[in-house]
Amino acid sequence: MKKYLTVALVGLMLLAMSSVGMAVTLEFQQWWEVELPAGVLRGIADEFTAQTGIEIQLLSNPYADTNTQIAAGAATGTMADVVGLDGAWVYDYAKQEAISNLSALMEKRGYNDAQLSDQIKVDGATYMIPVVNFAYPMLVNVDLLKEAGVTEMPKTWSEFKAAAQAVVNNTNAYGWVIPLSTSSPSGIQNQFMSWLWASGGFMLRDGRPDLVDNEKLTKTVEFVKSLFDENLIAPGAYSMTEATMVEEFVNGRVAFMTTSLAHINLIRQGAPNLNFQAIPLPVMDGYEGQSGVVVANWGIGIAANSKYQDEAMQFIEYMMSPEVNARLAEAANAFPGNIYAEPDYSAADPVFVDSYEIFKDSYAINEFTGLPTSEHLMRIFNDHLQLYIEGDIKSVDSMLDMIQEEWVRAF
Amino acid sequence: MKNVTAQSERGKNPRLRAIFKHSTPYLYLAPTLILMIVLLAVPIFMVIKYSFYDNVIINKNPVLVGLENYKTILSDVRFHKAVKNTLYFVGVSVVGHLIIGMSFSLLLNNRVFGPKTKGIFRVIYALPWMFTGAVIAILWQMMLNPNGVINYLLSVTGISSTKIAWLSDRSYALGAVTFMNIWAGYPFFMVSILAGLQGISEDLYEAASIDGANVFQQFFHVTIPQLKPILISLLTLDFVWTIFQFDLIWITTGGGPVYATETLSTYIYKQGFSRFQYSLASATAGLVLLACTIIAIFYARQQKEGV
Repeated sequence: MKKYLTVALVGLMLLAMSSVGMAVTLEFQQWWEVELPAGVLRGIADEFTAQTGIEIQLLSNPYADTNTQIAAGAATGTMADVVGLDGAWVYDYAKQEAISNLSALMEKRGYNDAQLSDQIKVDGATYMIPVVNFAYPMLVNVDLLKEAGVTEMPKTWSEFKAAAQAVVNNTNAYGWVIPLSTSSPSGIQNQFMSWLWASGGFMLRDGRPDLVDNEKLTKTVEFVKSLFDENLIAPGAYSMTEATMVEEFVNGRVAFMTTSLAHINLIRQGAPNLNFQAIPLPVMDGYEGQSGVVVANWGIGIAANSKYQDEAMQFIEYMMSPEVNARLAEAANAFPGNIYAEPDYSAADPVFVDSYEIFKDSYAINEFTGLPTSEHLMRIFNDHLQLYIEGDIKSVDSMLDMIQEEWVRAF
Repeated sequence: MKNVTAQSERGKNPRLRAIFKHSTPYLYLAPTLILMIVLLAVPIFMVIKYSFYDNVIINKNPVLVGLENYKTILSDVRFHKAVKNTLYFVGVSVVGHLIIGMSFSLLLNNRVFGPKTKGIFRVIYALPWMFTGAVIAILWQMMLNPNGVINYLLSVTGISSTKIAWLSDRSYALGAVTFMNIWAGYPFFMVSILAGLQGISEDLYEAASIDGANVFQQFFHVTIPQLKPILISLLTLDFVWTIFQFDLIWITTGGGPVYATETLSTYIYKQGFSRFQYSLASATAGLVLLACTIIAIFYARQQKEGV
């Protein structure tokens, strides 16, 4: 009996060993599947498997969880083979040598990178390729504005404030919403700095922090503080995440929200009858130049600890191929990362089509991309902004001085 | 054939036989010891080692800096705030767990209710323990939302008409997360104390009653002394577990607003995974380890005395 058992076990082991040599399975960790319509990413991955025989195991979690898991994987050398990346994370993982140098891999495989709309580089080498890009326009609950008696969409800060005030006075909703949770401080990038960038302002000069004596930034801080002071912002901002912010909009509790176009699908699912549209972010009174629109990307990279560098690069090439890239952009309500991709937006959501027009009239900007410990920088800004709004820091100049001091240390 | 030869050699050689005899217990212990070394000793050693370097993981050639990281941490005002918050969070949580756990276990141990009623309440009271930290965090996050159930109840009962931002207001946030933690953890106390109560002999209460002791005197002079070993174990374990509570705080507040709910676990996380200062995170973890070791020694001594 023992003899048969041993023979059976050895046989199983040999079988397992032989199967290891046959199929390659790539783990692909990302937050995209959660935000895409059901089955889209799985379908793309399955088609890749059918073409190449390389299996793709999707590890899908919301954005914040993905961030945490990738950070833990980077520290322990257990990152998934292919990872979805945000431009804000790239510098740190590249410096940690947790993600692979894609320039070298592209060269090795003879890949023509001229077809890529952008590449996120550190010290001259590419570490992330943006697969699709999302603009952050302002979404408006049209019915709430009607109820509040607002007939024209605001174009300037003062018009915006007046509209928000009308909403608060005449409805049960709030004017605007901003997620400032410490756990995921991207609200500073997407919802706060977007005001500054829309009005032609910058927070960096020559790649270094330029917060002190920055007139436009000072005015932006004062403007946001005034929205808080006049109770025009939905309560609970200091512990709110982006997901909760979208819920507030879906439930008709806020009239204006600056958010990613990736959230259009979520809004449609949550409130199919919600009457909303996209508008350009209102600008500082008197500003007549072109506006910057926050752009975030679904970037892709390869873990340095992956045994399957070549196969992983093959998968990235597939994702970036014009046809697949166009399909992904259509499904995600995004702009493609391959310049030859031609997404068919004819069946796209009308809000997305409007946003595309807004995007074409603006320039893409995200000054946090590629900065060292950018999440930490956002968190520092977040904490000081809250202290200023609450009156613990007495002046905007002191606040910006303090942030600049801490930011410079991180550079 | 070789084995037979070795056995016969061992049988002949008394020295070999003695070595084999002495090593046998260690061979039985070996699997456990190996697991403990791999899962406990090595990670602890690595964290302590990392804390003496300038930075690790991101720095491929770390330099030994001695106690520099400990000095940096101990002089950081945010660390002081995290320690203060942790002491509040742990202290109030442990006391809350004890009071609620004890009250519910006494209720479930009384003779007034029948076994069916007791069984139903046992399940209801134990429910919070069935949920993971993430589920509890999301549940309470929704209930404590300014538009959530708690504010609604306060409003309809006329207690408060304002929408209190429980997790966003620095005055309430730490209290709110502590309350959540108490809610999540009391069933462990309840179940353990209930087991202890059921083991106390009825004779002791009868004797106390004959001596004229009232209910409170019986509780303080019979119940508490009888439960003492269980209570000490529970308090020690709860102290250590609560110090390391992370997911509940991270999901609901992330340590904010402005460090209002920053505890040692969120502080360590931010040092490591947001600032990528793994050596500073290791130094902080080293200090927490020291505190837990002191508690563990105290616990071991108490257990020894009990024996």
